[in-house]
Amino acid sequence: MTLDLAAEDVPYLPRGVRLTTDRVRGGTVLLAPEKAVTLDAIGEAILSRVTGAASFGEIVADLAATYDAPVDQIQGDVQTFMVGLRARVFLLVKP
Amino acid sequence: MSAPPPIAMLAELTHRCPLACPYCSNPVALLGKDAELDTDTWLDVFRQAADLGVLQLHLSGGEPASRPDLVDLTAGAVQAGLYTNLITSGIGLTPKRLDALEAAGLDHIQLSMQGTTAALADWIGGYKGGFDRKMKVAAEIKERGIPLTLNAVMHRHNLDDLERTIEMAVDLGARRLEVACVQFHGWATKNRGMLLPTREQTLAAKRIVAEAQVRLRGVLAFDFVPPDYYADFPKACMGGWGSAGLNVVPDGRVLPCHAAESIPHLEFETVRARSLKEIWYDSAAFNAYRGTDWLPEPCAGCERKEIDFGGCRCQAMALAGDAAATDPVCRKSPMHGVVTQLLADSLAEQVGDFTYRAAPARQV
Ligand code: SF4
Ligand code: SF4
Repeated sequence: MTLDLAAEDVPYLPRGVRLTTDRVRGGTVLLAPEKAVTLDAIGEAILSRVTGAASFGEIVADLAATYDAPVDQIQGDVQTFMVGLRARVFLLVKP
Repeated sequence: MSAPPPIAMLAELTHRCPLACPYCSNPVALLGKDAELDTDTWLDVFRQAADLGVLQLHLSGGEPASRPDLVDLTAGAVQAGLYTNLITSGIGLTPKRLDALEAAGLDHIQLSMQGTTAALADWIGGYKGGFDRKMKVAAEIKERGIPLTLNAVMHRHNLDDLERTIEMAVDLGARRLEVACVQFHGWATKNRGMLLPTREQTLAAKRIVAEAQVRLRGVLAFDFVPPDYYADFPKACMGGWGSAGLNVVPDGRVLPCHAAESIPHLEFETVRARSLKEIWYDSAAFNAYRGTDWLPEPCAGCERKEIDFGGCRCQAMALAGDAAATDPVCRKSPMHGVVTQLLADSLAEQVGDFTYRAAPARQV
C-alpha cells in the first residue's frame, strides 16, 4: 500500500502522538507510543503545520513561501518525512 | 564518566500479579506488598525523573493495576510532564478504572498477550479466565480510543500462532505489535526447555513478520525481538548500559536494566536514600558498564561495538559467568559454544510443564 499523500489529504497526529518541548535537552520532541523522536528544524517546521485542518498541499505551499524554496523540492522532503511517520503509524490521514 | 540524561524510565510499581507467566521478567526473589514504595514517594520519583530528562514513563509491574493508587500515580506522572504508558495484562482494569485513567491523561496502553485462544493463553499465564477478561478489557480500550500496543511474548508454544496474533492486533485496533521472543533471564531460565523455539519456528517468524510489515504498512507497526540464541550478534542492551533508560523496582532501588539484579557484585542504590539524579550519574552500578572503554576483546576491536555495546550484561553473567564478558550469543565470543550447547540440550528436552512464576511472599 502506498503511503504517499495527495495534495488534498489532510494529515493529523493521532491520539497518543504529540509534540513537546524538551526542557532538559532543548528542542522539540515528537512523543509517540514507546518512542521519542528528536526533531530537527525541518521536522519541527513540518509538524507544527500539521493541524488536522491543513491539507498536504497547503502545508507544502506554506513551507515553500516561508522558506522561499521551490515547491517541488519542499514537496519531496515533506512527502518523505510524512511517509516515514505514516509507516510507523505516528501520522494518519483524515478519512 | 559523563553520561547523557535518560530518556525512559520503567517503574515497576509492584511485583504482585494475578498471572504467573513462566517467562516473567521480575526477579526470582519477588518483593511483597510491604516492601513497595508509597504513593507520595513514587510521585516524587516521577517529578525527579522529568527534571532529569526522562520523557517516557512506563508504569509496569507485576501487574500495575494491583496498586489501588494506580489512577493517582498516573495523574501525577502526567502532571510531571511525562508521556505515560501503562504496561498491563488488563486484569484489574474495570471500565470505571479505565475511565479514571483516561481522565487522568494516560497516553498509551501496552497490553500483554499470552496466546490467541483461552485454552492456550490461560495455560501459559497460569490464570483461568484471564483470556476472556483480557479480551473484554481490550474491547473497552478500543471503544475509548486509547492508543494500544499489543505485546505478544512468543516462544515454542505460541509462535505457530503468529499469523493469528497479527490478525488479532488489527482486530483489536492496536497500532503497534511487539513480537517479543522470550529473553532468558530470571523465571524464563527455569523454563528454557519449554520456551526455546526451534530454528524452523524462528525462521518462519522472521518471514511472517517481514510479510506482514509490508501488508500492514501504515496500519500496524511492528517491533520484532527475535530469539537471540539464534542470532549472529547480540542485541544492544538497553541502547547502552546507563545511557538511555533506568528501572525503578517496587522497593525503590534503581537498576540499569530489569535483570541487573542477576549480577551479584552490583549494589543498587535506592530513591529512599539518594536522588535519582545522583544515582543515574554517580552510582557505581550505573557506571559499571557505561560506554565502551571497559569492553574486553573481541569487542574492544570490533566494528559493532557502538551498535551493540558487547551485548547483554545479564546474559554474559548467566552464560559466561562474567558480566564483563562478551555476550556469548555473539558468534565472535569465545564462549559461544555454551549457547550452541544450550540450544541442543533445550530442544532435546521433552515437553513437560511450566515452572510458573510464584506469588510474592505475604507478610503475616
Ligand atoms: S543487561 Fe540484558 S537483561 Fe538487562 S537490559 Fe540489557 S539486554 Fe536486557
Ligand atoms: S564482538 Fe562484541 S561488539 Fe562485536 S558483535 Fe560481538 S558482542 Fe558485539
